[in-house]
Amino acid sequence: MSKELLKGNVAIAEAALRAGLQAYFGYPITPQTELLEHLSKRMIELDRVFLQAESEVAAINMVYGAACTGVRVMSSSSSPGVSLMQEGLSYIAGSELPCVIVDIMRGGPGLGNILPSQGDYFQVTRSAGHGDYRPIVLAPASVQEAIDFTVLAFDLADKYRHLVLVVADGLIGLMMEPCELPPFQPVRTTRPDWALTGADERERNVITSIYLKGEEMEGYNIKTQERLATIRATEQRWVEHLTDDCDLLIVGYGTAGRIAYTAIDEARSKGLRVGLLRPQTLYPFPEQRVAELAEQVERLLVVEMNAGQMLEDVKLAVAGRAPVDFFGRMGGMVPMPDEIVSAIDESFAKMAQPA
Amino acid sequence: MSVIAPETMETVYSYPQSLTEKPTHYCPGCTHGIAHRLVAEALDELGLRERTVMVAPVGCSVFAYAYFNTDACEAAHGRAPAMATGIKRVDPDNIVVTYQGDGDLAAIGSADIMHVAARGDNITTIFVNNAIYGMTGGQMAPTTLPGQKTTSSPMGRNVDMTGMPIRMSEVLATLPGSAYIVRRSLHDVKHIRKAKKAILTALKVQQAGLGFSMVELLSSCPTNWGIQPVDALQWVEEHMVPYFPLGDYKIADGVADL
Repeated sequence: MSKELLKGNVAIAEAALRAGLQAYFGYPITPQTELLEHLSKRMIELDRVFLQAESEVAAINMVYGAACTGVRVMSSSSSPGVSLMQEGLSYIAGSELPCVIVDIMRGGPGLGNILPSQGDYFQVTRSAGHGDYRPIVLAPASVQEAIDFTVLAFDLADKYRHLVLVVADGLIGLMMEPCELPPFQPVRTTRPDWALTGADERERNVITSIYLKGEEMEGYNIKTQERLATIRATEQRWVEHLTDDCDLLIVGYGTAGRIAYTAIDEARSKGLRVGLLRPQTLYPFPEQRVAELAEQVERLLVVEMNAGQMLEDVKLAVAGRAPVDFFGRMGGMVPMPDEIVSAIDESFAKMAQPA
Repeated sequence: MSVIAPETMETVYSYPQSLTEKPTHYCPGCTHGIAHRLVAEALDELGLRERTVMVAPVGCSVFAYAYFNTDACEAAHGRAPAMATGIKRVDPDNIVVTYQGDGDLAAIGSADIMHVAARGDNITTIFVNNAIYGMTGGQMAPTTLPGQKTTSSPMGRNVDMTGMPIRMSEVLATLPGSAYIVRRSLHDVKHIRKAKKAILTALKVQQAGLGFSMVELLSSCPTNWGIQPVDALQWVEEHMVPYFPLGDYKIADGVADL
């Protein structure tokens, strides 16, 4: 395969298709609309299911229905649209159905704007709707990673029968980068044994998220927590840059994490030993590695495009082993490398002060 | 479960294959049981049970998935049509049926039902209209009649404040994607037989791929109306039928040939 120049949204759409996406339901919203537009053409060409719904509420419930049939199904949206999907996401989780949702985040709250933001970290990592569970959350920092994580998302969804969100800020969605698409996987021709395909020569299948008795609901919750414990133990993903000798560890994901590379180069050129841990999974958060590195470094600096949301997960992982500083821009403002360098300088200044 | 004539040993009554034998939770005198049976008989007679997916709503019939002996799922409140769309688009040869009450369909799910009809999705909706929210204990629904007392309209529905009840069949019949939209009633045997015939037609419309089909069934809720079951059936006839006239609201081309 050769490299192509692709926009993030288009690349995600094409990657999903190649991962064997069988049904897509969505609603236009900036900055993810190209994803829906690309699939509106390609899915029809390939004789797969594409439908533009009347709202994100309808789209997610169409996804819920299609997921019941056991096919690979996806929707995509951006922050306000994902807010509208919260109920459906919770039902999908409660019904233990595999599906993939892409969230190309924009500035908020409210109607906000259409600029890149990481303001929905809490929304996606805490539960995505009501109830006591967590979705798996993948956070790409490039168009290539967006492609790779879209394919991974379907595999994880199927492996765990669990909801997987691919969450990127609007910059990843709208940026064009050279990247390589995966080969076409054949569309699955069989259905899982739990799927609603008609009770022909088998016992009937029922898919619900209702457990009226407390003991039964708790049974579901225990099963889900056991599954999440496995996911936490095996699916933490991250990349590291110059962490062997660093005094200051930056933790940043997506676009914020990517900008940190440039800032680190500049800080290193001034002799400041800075490294980066870039989480690729926001849930499960790479807590073990952050905890290990917190033992080695003097201090941490969390960089986000929000007011400090992953900051809480970092602090939980660090558990007081080292001080944690924060730098963030909000409202769709993207931090410049020199702003992060200034934040690095401030962290080193604090290190120099007597405790 | 079946009844056999002693003289001829012929089976004269049996439990529909498309119903499970689980006793329903419906109140005494409620017509949901009749509606369930009619749908199940229709699925049996058309040989559709093995390829049917039922979509249950939120409301009194939330447990419909437990009573229909088919593959089934349980939608969020009002979202059964959207969920049915997802199922049907993936497997167009399967029969997808939503079973919804008036709060589910005409209030919280009004957008979903409008658009499933507008798209002409080949699904069938059984719309049980009893003019009240049953499961939550008798609140005002969009179909509650003017002056009707409910726990959230204790002085009677004030239409100056809440508007007039929605006639969903009439509304949905205006949409080109609707192929078969009729209103029937379950208040006596004659009308129950007509309802059964309509449900059979609606399923045939789906089989033929003609578009969206819906059978609205006027139903009684003695518990929340606070009257005896027999009086409740009479109330359907005397109060509901005049506001919600029985009849065929949309019969698309091709339906008559089925």
